[in-house]
Amino acid sequence: MKEEINAELFDHLVGLAALALSQEEAEYLRRELNNQLAAIHTLESIPLPEGIEPAARGVPYPPERSQPLREDVVEGCEQVAEILAQAPEFEDGYIVVPEIPHEDL
Amino acid sequence: MDYQELSAREIARRVRGGESSAVEVTEALLEHVERVDGAPGSLDFESGQVESGRVHAFITRTPERALDQARRVDEKIAAGEDPGALAGVPFTVKDIFCVEGTPSTAASRILANFIAPYTATPVARMESAGGVMIGKVNLDEFTYGSSSESSAFQPSPRNPWDTDRVPGGSSGGSAAAVAAYEGPLSLGTDTAGSIRQPAAFCGVVGLKPTYGRVSRYGLIAFGSSLDCPGPLSRDVADAALMMNAIAGPDSRDATTAVVDVPDYLQDLEAGVRGLRIGLSPEYFRVTYIDGQTGEPVENPIEKEISRATLEAAELLAGMGAEIVENVPMPHTRFGIPTYFVISRVEAASNLHRYDGVKYGFRAPELHEDLDSMYRRSRAAGFGTQPKLRMLMGMYVSAAQYSEQYYLRALKVRSLIRQDFDSAFDTDGPHRLDALLTPSTPSTAFPVGDVYGNSVLMQYSDQLNVPANHAGTPGLSLPAGLDQDGLPIGIQLLGPDFSEHRLLQIGKAYEMASADHDWRSRRPAALAGS
Repeated sequence: MKEEINAELFDHLVGLAALALSQEEAEYLRRELNNQLAAIHTLESIPLPEGIEPAARGVPYPPERSQPLREDVVEGCEQVAEILAQAPEFEDGYIVVPEIPHEDL
Repeated sequence: MDYQELSAREIARRVRGGESSAVEVTEALLEHVERVDGAPGSLDFESGQVESGRVHAFITRTPERALDQARRVDEKIAAGEDPGALAGVPFTVKDIFCVEGTPSTAASRILANFIAPYTATPVARMESAGGVMIGKVNLDEFTYGSSSESSAFQPSPRNPWDTDRVPGGSSGGSAAAVAAYEGPLSLGTDTAGSIRQPAAFCGVVGLKPTYGRVSRYGLIAFGSSLDCPGPLSRDVADAALMMNAIAGPDSRDATTAVVDVPDYLQDLEAGVRGLRIGLSPEYFRVTYIDGQTGEPVENPIEKEISRATLEAAELLAGMGAEIVENVPMPHTRFGIPTYFVISRVEAASNLHRYDGVKYGFRAPELHEDLDSMYRRSRAAGFGTQPKLRMLMGMYVSAAQYSEQYYLRALKVRSLIRQDFDSAFDTDGPHRLDALLTPSTPSTAFPVGDVYGNSVLMQYSDQLNVPANHAGTPGLSLPAGLDQDGLPIGIQLLGPDFSEHRLLQIGKAYEMASADHDWRSRRPAALAGS
C-alpha cells in the first residue's frame, strides 16, 4: 500500500502537534495514518457537482433560528481561586512555566 | 424496594406524589451500583483486576453529591414546591461533561486531576428538574473510539449482556449503566454514532438529537460541528422525558437553535398511521477499506440485524405506516472517509489547548524550556487515539493539502446532507417522515478483537455517521437478540428537529413488539443482583 506519510513528513506532523513519541508508538501511528488515508482517498471517486458548497455544518441556520445578539455584559466569576488552583504550578498570583525560548537582543 | 427496576417516569411520579422519597430511591440505586459495577476505572489499574461479570461503567461515583441533591428534592416536596419533572430520578453522565466540583476527565490522563469549576448546561437542566446525578461514567478517551476500550481509566466498561464483550462507544459507560439498571437515564454524546452504536450494543434506547437542539456548553469538545448531547434510557418514553429537560436554546451556546421545544411526552402514542417510512439498500451493507490491501471491500450487514430491521418495517406497516422501499442514499458509504478528515481537523484544533500550563496534567520532569514541557506533557498525558487524531488533523488541514482533503470532505458533506434533504423533501419523490435502518453492521464484538485497528473500528459507525454530517436526528431502539443472546438495534433517521416524530414511531414499535419473547430477557450482569 502507498506510504503517503513517510518518516520525514511524520516527524514534521509530530512537531506541529507538539508531541514526542516512542519508536513503537510512532510506528503504530504512522501505519494507522496511512491506512486511514487509503479510506480517505475513496472520496476522490465522487464527482463533485459544479457549484457545490463546502458544508461547515449540516443544519442550516437561517436568521429566525439563530440566537439574537445580546448585550456584551461582563459577568463576574466567583470561583477564581478554584480555577487558578488547578494550574500545575502557581505562585504569588502567577502561573509558573519553564523558561520561554527566546533570543537575547 | 428495587427502585432500580422502575422507569424514570415511575420514579418521578412516586417522588412527586410523596409515595417514595428521593433519598430512599438514591440509596437503593447506589446499593445496586455497588452490587453490579465492580471497581471504577482507574489510571493505576493492573490487568487481572477485571472482575468477571461486572460492568465497570463508572469512573467517578458521586454518592454524597447525589444524596445532597436528593435531600433538596425531598425538602422541596415537604415545602409544597414543585420539585421538577425528573424529581428523584437517578442518572449518570458521560465523563466528557463538566460538572462542578467533580473530576471531569474525558477518560484521559491529561485531565485526570481536573475538577470542573462549572456545570454543563444539559446536566444543570436535569438537576434543576430534580434529577439526581449518581456518578460519571467511562468512555473512549476524549470520545475517540467505538468500543470504550481506549479509556485511560481501566478496566474499560463491559457489555452487561456478555462482559467479555465491549459495550460499544464512545458512550459505552452510559449504555452499559442503563442496560445494567444503574440509573434509568444517562447523558451521552454522539459525534459519529457514540450514543446510537453503544445503545444498540447494550440493548437500550439512544437518541442523537438534531445539532443545535441540546446545548454543548460544558461539553469537552471533540468535533464541534458534529457533537450532540443526548439521552440513553431503557425505553422511549424515558428518552422523551429526558429530552423535555435538556432540549432548547442556551445563551451560552450560540449554535443552539431558536426552535420551539415540544412536550416530547405529549402524543407519544399518536401511532404511525399514514406516516411514510423508508428503507434504503445503502444501509444494509458496509463498504470499508481493507487494512492490508487498501482495496474497498463490500459486505452485507449481519443477517439477523437485517431481518430484525425488516420485521420492524412489517410491524410498522401493520400499524398503518406506508413503507417506501429503495430510497437512494448514495453517499452513505462516504460518511466514514469524510469523517476521517473533518473530525480530525476539529479534534486537532480542540486538543491544542491542553498544554500543561493552566490546568490538567504537566509532566513531572524538570524541563529545559516551555516547548519541551508542552511536548512531554502532551506525550505522557494523551493516549494513542488522541495522538492519531491530532496528527491526521494536522496533515489534512495543512495549507498544501487542505484543498485536496479538507475542502473536498466539506463538499462531500454537502452531498451527504443532500441525500437526507431529498429523502425527506415534502415535494420530492419519497416524502419520508423517517428512514428505518439497522443501527450497526454487527452486534457487540469481544473485548480486544478490533481495538488497535483504527480503520475497522471506525467503520462500526458507518450507519450512524451520515446523520452527524447532516446534523439530523437519529434514534436507536432495541429490536431483539441474536443467536448469541446479544442485543440488536434498529435506527430511525428523520429531518431536522423531528425528534418528537422519531420518538412517536419508536413508541409505536415498542408497543407492537411488547409481547416479543426477547423483551423479557435480562442482561447476564444482573444475574447475581
